[in-house]
Amino acid sequence: MNLRRDVFQAIADPTRRAILLLLATQALPAGAIAAHFDTARPTVSKHLQILTECELLKQEQSGREIYYHLNPHKMKAIADFIEPFRSMWEDRFRKLETMMQPYKTKKAK
Amino acid sequence: METKTQVHAEEGKQEIKITREFNLPVHLLFRACTEAELVSQWMGTNVRKLDSRNHGSYRYETTDKEGRVVFQANGTIHACVPDRKLVRTFEMDGSPYGVQLEIHTFEPLTEDTSRLQMHMIYESVAQRDAVLKLPFTQGINWAHNRLEEIVSKLK
Repeated sequence: MNLRRDVFQAIADPTRRAILLLLATQALPAGAIAAHFDTARPTVSKHLQILTECELLKQEQSGREIYYHLNPHKMKAIADFIEPFRSMWEDRFRKLETMMQPYKTKKAK
Repeated sequence: METKTQVHAEEGKQEIKITREFNLPVHLLFRACTEAELVSQWMGTNVRKLDSRNHGSYRYETTDKEGRVVFQANGTIHACVPDRKLVRTFEMDGSPYGVQLEIHTFEPLTEDTSRLQMHMIYESVAQRDAVLKLPFTQGINWAHNRLEEIVSKLK
């Protein structure tokens, strides 16, 4: 298995996370993306390639340029990964909060 | 609100941060986390031992309807500062997830509200990711058990 295609490996890198953040609000061509970083252009291209390979980004031809878009479905997969863990704790904490309410009333009286 | 509990788990790091604000004064939040009868209720497990003091320890045990032990965990309490802080280890018996270090910080927000932050540090990134994925696997198992129960009633 190619680890590079793994979504979680892909977002482990700070530059790649910064690219995803940048593209969250707009689609941009490679040149414009590279202009946001101090990193060498080929390095940015490599990051874009990895993000595209694991489908976090989609390419779209527009005129002479290729624009990079965020793929919301794949981004959701990352959120879903943490969600069961989060909701497990939320269930516990909600129980805790409800359970402790009577103690609060007792003290107030 | 649905999104009260925040989980922060950065990729490639061996830690998880959980933050939750409570509609409770800090001393009640702290009691809920340090008294055996209270912990057992909200954690949904039997608390066999909970010695909430510096150099204390604890042991959880969950049993199914037939009394079979399905989950056991234990740890050492390194520091217990009333209404402020809890530092402990946590380890599931017979699991491949290793031991984790937990720093629980309690903070008063107002007289009636407080914040809990749980900082969990794992042995490795892989082990942390495995723990994050746990509710997935458990969810599947639980659904499966429930299905078995329903099916056995149909027989």
